[in-house]
Amino acid sequence: MTEPVGTPAERAAALAAAARAGDRRALARLLTAVENHTAVAEQALRVLYPLAGGAHLVGITGPPGAGKSTLVAALIAELRAAGRTVAVVAVDPSSPITGGALLGDRVRMQSYASDDGVFIRSMASRGHAGGLAATSTSAAAVFDASGFDIVLLETVGTGQSEVEVAAAADTTVVLEAPEMGDEVQAIKAGLLEVADIVVVNKGDRPGAQRTAAQLRAMLAPPGEAGRGSGPAARRPEVLVTTAMSGEGVPALLAALDRHRARGSGEATPAARRARAAAQVRGVLVERLWARLAAPGLAGATDAALEAVARHDTDPYAAADALLAALGREETR
Amino acid sequence: MTDRPLKVLIAKPGLDGHDRGAKVLARGLRDEGFEVVYTGLRQTPEMIVTAALQEDVDVVGMSILSGAHMTLVPRVCEQLRARGMGDVLVTLGGIIPDDDIEPLRAAGVAGVFGPGTTIREVADFMRARATPREA
Ligand SMILES: Nc1nc2c(ncn2[C@@H]2O[C@H](COP(=O)(O)OP(=O)(O)OP(=O)(O)O)[C@@H](O)[C@H]2O)c(=O)[nH]1
Ligand SMILES: [Mg+2]
Repeated sequence: MTEPVGTPAERAAALAAAARAGDRRALARLLTAVENHTAVAEQALRVLYPLAGGAHLVGITGPPGAGKSTLVAALIAELRAAGRTVAVVAVDPSSPITGGALLGDRVRMQSYASDDGVFIRSMASRGHAGGLAATSTSAAAVFDASGFDIVLLETVGTGQSEVEVAAAADTTVVLEAPEMGDEVQAIKAGLLEVADIVVVNKGDRPGAQRTAAQLRAMLAPPGEAGRGSGPAARRPEVLVTTAMSGEGVPALLAALDRHRARGSGEATPAARRARAAAQVRGVLVERLWARLAAPGLAGATDAALEAVARHDTDPYAAADALLAALGREETR
Repeated sequence: MTDRPLKVLIAKPGLDGHDRGAKVLARGLRDEGFEVVYTGLRQTPEMIVTAALQEDVDVVGMSILSGAHMTLVPRVCEQLRARGMGDVLVTLGGIIPDDDIEPLRAAGVAGVFGPGTTIREVADFMRARATPREA
């Protein structure tokens, strides 16, 4: 790849064309642009988004250490054996204080260095004001338009924006490890709500089958389980895997394919709109912040934040004042 | 966003069997505000370069205790250049004999860090020398 030059639109077009032609370096640069929300990224997405939609976007979330990365590695092996190409976006949290992040998911996904059918990208969550879902689905769109058959999105299932990432996928897998106690406590209601498929991993551990049975019972009441409501709502399948040995992984892949095949026909219009809303909302919040930080309003924004910090005013009043200032800026 | 964090790959090439030092460095650099991709033990040059390419890192930091640095590290530098990533900053930590330092520099290693180096020093070096690229 030669470093593209020119206007952002020209550079974006060159990178997008190269990525689609199989240039992995160009693909990696585009992903960086998407992460950094640059002008190039915006232009490239304008080109690539309409070309995306062919890949199956699978969100994989669950508590820390449940085995998400190990399961992703097992899925990669299964997909490659079937001749399908796979991209991975593995999100880890950024420290809100230093901005640093330790991205360790690749450790479990080794052995694909010489396989062009696998591309693994780690991403720090960077405390994007609600924009993490937008960033990671944009990254998925870049992979999608570059010809990958399936995109696996790994995020830790703690924190609203991380769960939103998985929920914005076509198929959302919620992973759980066997519970040692009597109750299945670790799965928060919010996490189960977004699940299309629930996986109890570490099937080699005692209690895995029992945890799965408890989850099936929890999810059983007809009419209220599953995403959306009405006759199309369907309760999530509960599967057991042992990611370390690969046991249960073919069945999981089959379940993913089934869910994909049922596809958008079965997702209610409301669910589809909710996913789109999650994507747009993030961008919207970010754009608003950017405008508030721009020269014309930065002073007012700073003053408002200062006032809230000093408890001179409350966050609601400050937000209303800033929205009003934005409105005035608009009409000038 | 111009103040985005530097992205660093910490890799452990060769066959030596423990990565405590590399993990300490990875965590330390995270605390210095870097985005650190950690890849684990027993990395071949090809694995390191593929990870660097896919992750689009600004820095590749290797840690070697096995003494195999003279064979592994130049190969990483070579393959980085071959794949269009000659501008990525390469550093090496470990027990590196003085005589090896010049040839390593000639091969493309920007910084060689011996056992007494603090994480702050490594971080400062990376911040001063890496060139984060805008896409
Ligand atoms: N016994 C057993 N251990 C497993 C299995 N799958 C993963 N593990 C182990 O669980 C630990 C965590 O695995 P990861 O794949 O890193 O888990 P993760 O959910 O990606 O973790 P984070 O990304 O840190 O949230 C590792 O020590 C794995 O070896 C399994 O099927 N059985
Ligand atoms: Mg993980």
